[in-house]
Amino acid sequence: MSRPLLTVERLEARHGLLQAVRDVSLEIDDGETLALVGANGAGKTTLLRTIAGAHQPSGGRVVFDGEDVTWAPAYRRARMGIALVPEGRKLFPDLTVEENLRVATAARRPGRWDVDEVLEVFPLLQPLRRRHAASISGGEQQATAIGRALMANPRILLLDEVSLGLAPVVVEGLYRSLAGLSEAGVTIVLVEQDLSRAMAVASRVVCMLEGRLVLEGAAGELTREQVTEAYFGLAAGGAR
Amino acid sequence: MSWIDAVVHGVLLGGQYALLATGLSLMFGVMRIINLAHGSIALVGAYMTFLVVEHVGISPYVALVVVIPGALVVGYILQRTVLERSLRAGDLVPLLTTFGLLIVIANLLQYFFSPDVRGLSSGGIGTANLQITSTLTVAWFDVLVLGIAVALLGGLDLLLHHTQLGRELRATAADPDTAELVGVNARAVYAQATAIAVGTAALAGVFYAMRSNFDPTSGPTELIYAFEAVVIGGIGSLWGTLVGGIVLGVAQTVGAQINVQYFALAGHVVFLSVLIFRAVRAAGGVRVLRRAMS
Repeated sequence: MSRPLLTVERLEARHGLLQAVRDVSLEIDDGETLALVGANGAGKTTLLRTIAGAHQPSGGRVVFDGEDVTWAPAYRRARMGIALVPEGRKLFPDLTVEENLRVATAARRPGRWDVDEVLEVFPLLQPLRRRHAASISGGEQQATAIGRALMANPRILLLDEVSLGLAPVVVEGLYRSLAGLSEAGVTIVLVEQDLSRAMAVASRVVCMLEGRLVLEGAAGELTREQVTEAYFGLAAGGAR
Repeated sequence: MSWIDAVVHGVLLGGQYALLATGLSLMFGVMRIINLAHGSIALVGAYMTFLVVEHVGISPYVALVVVIPGALVVGYILQRTVLERSLRAGDLVPLLTTFGLLIVIANLLQYFFSPDVRGLSSGGIGTANLQITSTLTVAWFDVLVLGIAVALLGGLDLLLHHTQLGRELRATAADPDTAELVGVNARAVYAQATAIAVGTAALAGVFYAMRSNFDPTSGPTELIYAFEAVVIGGIGSLWGTLVGGIVLGVAQTVGAQINVQYFALAGHVVFLSVLIFRAVRAAGGVRVLRRAMS
């Protein structure tokens, strides 16, 4: 077995006095799709942001492709191939859709993904290329945010609640696109509130509760009950 | 001088103010830094040009070939060493830092160049005039400065909207944390913005020095005009800066047409009026204020 693409070792992260991530260790292999589930405030977003370099850890290590990136600035991690689609999309509102995509060439990772390729995967963006990002719908913004992350030709794509607030039909389309990405070999970590959807697309599921990892297993082997119990902290002692 | 003359000369003078204001506007737009040392940096550009002219014996226009690249490098270093640190310390710290810089620059200039008043020759074009009508004459130098201001703003506009650096600048201005997440080195982008701002300040300072004499304390005067142009034109808008410079210039020359002593005063009055108008509008308009006061 080759070494994992991403290793998180005993990671700790806090927001002021609040400990958001506690002693989290996790390995993610090249090409897998990992679903990260848990209730609001379980620390999922902080974990993703710490991996991407948008949040400083208070302890532990993040190793990407054999290199310790725990203290590397976010832009360096983007240039190594870590891309985060942040919660709330965080597009640049005054830039057009196409400019939002092109900005990510700052990661200097040429590859399969360019503007044309993104527009092919998200054809809904084609007529919006010159529209300002602030003036398009939520689903269109989400597609732009994912496209922007792809423009960096990432080796690992971290998706934080990409379906939040979107119409079901739009979510359906997004997930079809994600399945395509996974087939193309992109490693994906997915934070998703919808358990059944998460378990359907992921090869592995981990569940967080109050900052800790409380359950981890292959998507096919975990039952919905097991995950639900871990989700709400009902598993007595659990896998802590 | 007729009223029309006053307006035409005001528009041309506005070119000088817009040129001075460009770097100030850029730094505020991208980094939210109000650079109180902007006028002093322009003044340093004038002194450096003076130095090259004195020692090498070339025209100030040729000296720009050395001075502008030097200013770009100084701007980059200034950001990476001083401003970057102060930005991390909160919103007010850059204001204090640049105020300190203003004082340091004035004292250094005094130390190295003495408090004597200096001048830069504007060459043959400085005395050449363009006869437009039998009564209206404009100086070619003023036309040149306005042309440079328009070209500079146009160039910056192209840079901001049609290059990768421009996209990175605008993205970083909007949201530096997210820009970093997509691979933008925000600190390097900031440093490039400051380099451009300092370069344009030096350029503006040289042309200002050809227009009027300068001494080590001239920085704040240049800052005031630049600042007023930026505020009148709308903060953070490049073409607004040109409009602001022109409005300021026209206010001054029209003021001087009424009474020569009103030159500077008229500019300040327009600036204050714009500020008050904006403040009233932000507070919900005159009617709301009147109700609040009754």
